[in-house]
Amino acid sequence: MTELAKRRLVWRVAAVASVQEETASARTLGLEVFGWPGHLAGQHVDVRLTAEDGYSTQRSYSIASAPDGSSVELTVQQVPDGEVSAYLVGAAQTGDQFELRGPVGGYFTWRPAEMAPVLLVAGGSGIVPLMSMIRVRAAVGSRVPFRLVYSVREPGSAIYADELRRRVRDDHGLDVAYAYTRAAPDGWPYPPARLSAARLGEAGWPAEFEPACYVCGPTGFVEAVADILVDAGHAPERIKTERFGPTG
Amino acid sequence: MTDTYVDGNELAGPLRELFAVDVTVARGRCVGCGMEGMVAQAHVYDRAPGLVARCRGCDAVLLRLVRGPDRAWLDLRGVTYLEFPLPE
Repeated sequence: MTELAKRRLVWRVAAVASVQEETASARTLGLEVFGWPGHLAGQHVDVRLTAEDGYSTQRSYSIASAPDGSSVELTVQQVPDGEVSAYLVGAAQTGDQFELRGPVGGYFTWRPAEMAPVLLVAGGSGIVPLMSMIRVRAAVGSRVPFRLVYSVREPGSAIYADELRRRVRDDHGLDVAYAYTRAAPDGWPYPPARLSAARLGEAGWPAEFEPACYVCGPTGFVEAVADILVDAGHAPERIKTERFGPTG
Repeated sequence: MTDTYVDGNELAGPLRELFAVDVTVARGRCVGCGMEGMVAQAHVYDRAPGLVARCRGCDAVLLRLVRGPDRAWLDLRGVTYLEFPLPE
């Protein structure tokens, strides 16, 4: 087999090994993927579902987990009228199989060898690839300082809330700040609002620290946040974005 | 209502089927306006048949990828060149 053929990306079979409800509309699927080559934090996979009549459809999902042999976790948010998310969140069960291609994406990745402080800004389900970065950081015992700013509609829609609380306590060097856009917890000092420049400025890193910035979420959110960061003095080339498309 | 788009990260899987390297980290130059950037930073429209990547500066089409059952068409006329990092 030539080098090229070995390195062509092929569809693999993923088997659902576990299912975990994260929020009312998001679920984590633990997959076993035979021959999984490992992955970098922030990479994604393409998932392809094929019906009995041959109709097939595919979508991309960010990998939520740190590399762990043949185990890969995807956290999927239900999207209204979403063909693939309807199955993955609503119907998939342990033992189900579907096709998966990856890992792909060398741009929106964080590698532990990168020493700069990291700013992660998540909108809704945009938290998924950023969580992979947080988990890889912990897995390798990195001391690179991480700050996550997580914008959600209301407290119940925050994915991984318990794990993030535990990691802030245990991982040393991770800070998490929430921004609520529709409904805030009782006693929250800020009225519900879209993530503002002031909030991001106080919860993030100063531009002088030259952090590596990763922004992920719906397209409108990502554009607004990227503009805020550039206005605050962050160099555009230090800001990496992953847009998920319209809000689901 | 404007079409909304995602970014060039979406192209990673489809292009990795064709190329032995990750094309999304290649830098390209738009034929329309001369803007340079990484393929990952392009605006990608995925609601039509196939994938269309447009320049984030001038909206010109950079590339089109259409996949059939046993072939793929890749139209790259919107980029002057693609520069690939190839570590030793």
